[in-house]
Amino acid sequence: MTTIALLLITGLGLGALYFLIAAGLSLIWGLMRVLNFAHGAFFTVAAYAGWSASGLVGGASPELQWLVAVAVAVVVGGAFATLTEVVLIRPLYARHVGQVLVTVGLALATISLVQGGFGSDPKRLALPAWMTGTTTIVGANIPNTRLLVIAFALAVFALLIFFLRRTRFGLIVRAGVENRAMVQALGIDVQRAFTLVFAIGGMAAGLAGILAGTYYGTIDPGRGTSMLIFAFIVVIIGGLGSVTGSAVAAIVVGVLQQFLNFYGAAGVGDFSVVLLLAIVLLVRPGGFSGAST
Amino acid sequence: MTPRVRLTVLVVGLVVLAALPLAGFSIPGLFEGALGGPGTLNLLALCFVFGALALTYDLVFGYVGLLSFGHALYFATGVYVTAIAVTRWHWSLPAALLLTAVVSLVLPLILGAVCLRMRDIPFAMVTLAFAQAGSILVAQNPFGLTGGEEGLALGGDTLPSFLIGVTNTRNLFWIALALLIVIYLVAWRAVNSPPGRVWQAIRENERRVAMLGLNPYLYKLGAFVLSAFLASACGVVYLLLQGGANPEVTTSGFTLALLVMVVLGGVGTLWGAVLGGVVYEYLDFRLVALSNTSAVQALPGILRVPLSEPLFLLGVLFIVLVLFVPGGLGGALRRRLVLTGATKGV
Repeated sequence: MTTIALLLITGLGLGALYFLIAAGLSLIWGLMRVLNFAHGAFFTVAAYAGWSASGLVGGASPELQWLVAVAVAVVVGGAFATLTEVVLIRPLYARHVGQVLVTVGLALATISLVQGGFGSDPKRLALPAWMTGTTTIVGANIPNTRLLVIAFALAVFALLIFFLRRTRFGLIVRAGVENRAMVQALGIDVQRAFTLVFAIGGMAAGLAGILAGTYYGTIDPGRGTSMLIFAFIVVIIGGLGSVTGSAVAAIVVGVLQQFLNFYGAAGVGDFSVVLLLAIVLLVRPGGFSGAST
Repeated sequence: MTPRVRLTVLVVGLVVLAALPLAGFSIPGLFEGALGGPGTLNLLALCFVFGALALTYDLVFGYVGLLSFGHALYFATGVYVTAIAVTRWHWSLPAALLLTAVVSLVLPLILGAVCLRMRDIPFAMVTLAFAQAGSILVAQNPFGLTGGEEGLALGGDTLPSFLIGVTNTRNLFWIALALLIVIYLVAWRAVNSPPGRVWQAIRENERRVAMLGLNPYLYKLGAFVLSAFLASACGVVYLLLQGGANPEVTTSGFTLALLVMVVLGGVGTLWGAVLGGVVYEYLDFRLVALSNTSAVQALPGILRVPLSEPLFLLGVLFIVLVLFVPGGLGGALRRRLVLTGATKGV
């Protein structure tokens, strides 16, 4: 029972990280039909920016250091993503494959630059003492970072749903996902919505970057890319363009991965996630939420 | 150029290339050491392999319009199946090659059948996921077969002696050159055959092909399997050249590098893809040498760090090409040829 509780909550924590990356990817794809490979670069750059900032305020209390790291990561992730959209994606609106290629190039260049600048060894993130402790839930000692990551993901999910359902821009984004041409025909500037979803996606990815650093205790240049691939899987299983679908799929993928990695051999969990993807595609090519592409 | 002149130039060029291992002189700046020396020959042979590999990728991406992110998987199939059969099971080379051939037909057939249920970007993501599964499998070292992250040195007692050792690099060089020529011919034949024309029609307008009563799914699957099979052949030669398998060839980064090669050279032209593969591999190799020169090492950190990362330079070059030179190097070269040809009145 304790093992199951531990695995379940750890899996939810992992799912929370996947969700933070996948939500932005899914919105960007739904609205713009861009497969954003640079999302892993937003994640990585933001994580390193947060780590550097927390080093700059090294004299402060660990709590403050960590909060500075989170704030800087979110801001840098959002700014980097906005800049990417304006400078690299915008000139290529008419060329979809070109947009994907540019994000591929950006991901390669940025991650190798980070690796060159900071080295490929993991960097330890300064954490407040209470985060490294554990909380006992149904007899299992759950690391507090897992709970923290889940809480953040829930908050982001609530904010995103509020934004999409209750604000004017959210309405435009939802309408654009349904039918972009019609929104444009009604005289609404969809381009601003494009920049907006990139900014939101980048902020969420930046948050994921620093939270992954909190979850694992360290940050390294390669993690963004490997998490991005699982986030892609989450996006497809959840149904492209659907934030709720991504949330459900992220939980399924994260928990499944944890359980099978524990009860099977190492790597079985990662492998089964891909298998799950194949099965979902065979049964429902549009993903859980059923929106056909 | 008339076709006959072009053919003559091509044949002469190939003969010169094939005779390269006999050359004793060196070209300073371009290559270190003598032109016929093992180091240069190995680099050139790798360039040929990557030229051929880029060509196989261009078959699906450039000619059918399938943006696959899983091509590394099929290259790695060629590398790892052969390496395991020879090193771990002590099979003779022909038997190992036969097994590799079977696997590299069956695997893309099954995976392609699943992946091609999706189109465009979802297809790209699914191929990426399968390739990642392959990468995980290799890294986990199942039954001690793949050697995990340390890779697998090609060993065993069954390899013919003319393939082993530094002194036999020239044999490998000829094999790599032959691989490039054979794959080029196969690809040329394929894209100019009736199915090849259907592939290009699918790239332009898939719905219309379906309207004409053809089944795009089967044509796409055919192209996918052919391209994957040829990529596995490249993998086998790569394995012989490197003398071992390393897990790097299974990663998504490797597929992305292939994408860069094809776009670098020019999408949808055969020789453009070859050019891209050769140039990429050469630059990747030489840029490392550049970063170790004293001129670069003496620079302040803000300049030295980016210049020491070949992938950074290639990534930036790639972005610039996509933004400003959509046809790639091949396209730019062709435009230039056409332009000068026009002014001369040829």
